Amino acid sequence: MYEKDGEKYFIVDSHMHYWNAAPDNWVPGAEQYAKGWIDCFHAYQGLGPPETHWTIEHFQKYSEDDLMKDVFEDGHVDHAIFQPTDLREWYKEGFNTTERNAEMGKRHPGKFTYNTRWDPRDGDVGLENLRRNVETYGSKGVKLYTAEWNNGSRGWKLSDPGAYRYLEACGELGIKNIHVHKGPTIWPLDKDAFDVSDVDHAATDFPNLNFIVEHVGLPRIEDFCFMATQEPNVYAGLSVVIGGLMHARPRFFAKVMGELLFWVGEDKMTFGSDYGIWEPKWQIEGFVDWDYPSDEFSDYPRLGVAGKKKILGLNAARLYGLEVPKEFQLAEGEGTPAAQDDAQLVAGA
Amino acid sequence: MTTSVTAGSRILEALGTVRDPELDEPITSLGFVSSCTVSADGDARVRLRLPTYFCAPNFAFLMVADAYDAVSAAPGVRHAEIVLEDHFASDAINGGVAAHAGFVRSFDGEAVGELHQLRADFLRKAVMAGTDQVCRPLLKDGVPPAALTGWTLGDLPPSRAADRLRQRRAELGLPAGDDAPLLVDPVTGAAVQPGALPLHLRKAQVTRVSLEANGSICRGMLRHRYNHEAGLGEEDQ
Repeated sequence: MYEKDGEKYFIVDSHMHYWNAAPDNWVPGAEQYAKGWIDCFHAYQGLGPPETHWTIEHFQKYSEDDLMKDVFEDGHVDHAIFQPTDLREWYKEGFNTTERNAEMGKRHPGKFTYNTRWDPRDGDVGLENLRRNVETYGSKGVKLYTAEWNNGSRGWKLSDPGAYRYLEACGELGIKNIHVHKGPTIWPLDKDAFDVSDVDHAATDFPNLNFIVEHVGLPRIEDFCFMATQEPNVYAGLSVVIGGLMHARPRFFAKVMGELLFWVGEDKMTFGSDYGIWEPKWQIEGFVDWDYPSDEFSDYPRLGVAGKKKILGLNAARLYGLEVPKEFQLAEGEGTPAAQDDAQLVAGA
Repeated sequence: MTTSVTAGSRILEALGTVRDPELDEPITSLGFVSSCTVSADGDARVRLRLPTYFCAPNFAFLMVADAYDAVSAAPGVRHAEIVLEDHFASDAINGGVAAHAGFVRSFDGEAVGELHQLRADFLRKAVMAGTDQVCRPLLKDGVPPAALTGWTLGDLPPSRAADRLRQRRAELGLPAGDDAPLLVDPVTGAAVQPGALPLHLRKAQVTRVSLEANGSICRGMLRHRYNHEAGLGEEDQ
């Protein structure tokens, strides 16, 4: 938990990782991709405050103790949600798998939620794996990574018929939350691979599932915003937005936050540190202190203490059914978002 | 082999006309040109670099191909060689552009169509972002939003943003003359009607925010990758 100016914040880090991207885990023949991937992540870390930067060696493989200290002891987080990314074509044991997460998490009961993943190109075998993972790890959510390479294929879409079989299975297995990650992605090669219209289709066809679009669809924030306005079950995952912009580009951060508050609203935005890309501590402390830097931003909705409490933890706690101690909950009537006068014009689109 | 200053600057000028289609900014100001030389015989060599190893290969291809065309057409250039460095698809892109192979053949078996549609989609985003750029100062000066549906491009005070908007519209085949409406649908070119105005302006604004935020992330990543004060953006100046 985090306390500032007498206000207590229950913190759910809804998007974080425990990976091994060190050379001992690189697939022979795919070293350039394994290295290119982790170098790219490391460059993102460069957008955070300099005192939080790690060496590439530490970044490639951090320890369980590092994670527990950075996320919980120093990082104010009450509960963290592991979001796996397999990438087994590049990393021998996978990059950041459900198995690896759960193996370390079992020594820290109550601290973690283990999301799992699926890939429609894995067909029946993948469906069986999904069932087993839900049974073994109690997963209530999945992280879908549409850019994953798989047997010569460079990616897939949520609107593929194969993906719909899995989305139906999610409903049956009690998985409520579908975290979608669109980038950095390269397929289909001749179209805009970051396009989020497939999420739009799936969200319409599966109203019983929540779709949390991680990184708010970056680099297609505008497409994501139009979609989120039309789909009540689409959420904005703020990982990368806070980590990548709040420190490095405060004015753009304010603009992006303003747009998200306008189009999506504070009830549907969730904090995720994207650890180990960025440590949660500076992100949470900075976000609690954050306000628009000048009156140039006066046509955007304000964000108050209640809104920050929702974004930093209460919204994700609701999605995942996490128990929030009374002292952190909002009082009755507290936290009703400021009226959005322009909401009708958007709804009429 | 010597590089004459004037020839070199002509090449740079040519490269300044090449834009990142996704960000709608010249590759020169983004810091994507890592070196550029031309020999006395007119052999131009350009090296390009991008913020990450996994930047989208379709946009990368367009930039390399556009750079090839622009440099080849520059005065005094006999032969142009454009090399994209440090990218997972460098070989396919460099080889494909040098062989005039087009995108589909360069990525044999992986791409179905050429990239005209992709380019047009992003020009439309640039038109929306450009609309915000020219309208925001007007609104700030007290022009009532409702009045904007009556404005034409010719009513705009002269500015670089206004020129740029016209240019992008012309590239798309949208009305771009003095008498063309200021606000048009970027797909059909039809004038925006008063009822659709508030949403149109909001969409223009979020599109601009998105493009600029992406540009700022790309600049930050490029600087981290090459440890270089390249591509300084809005907040650096």
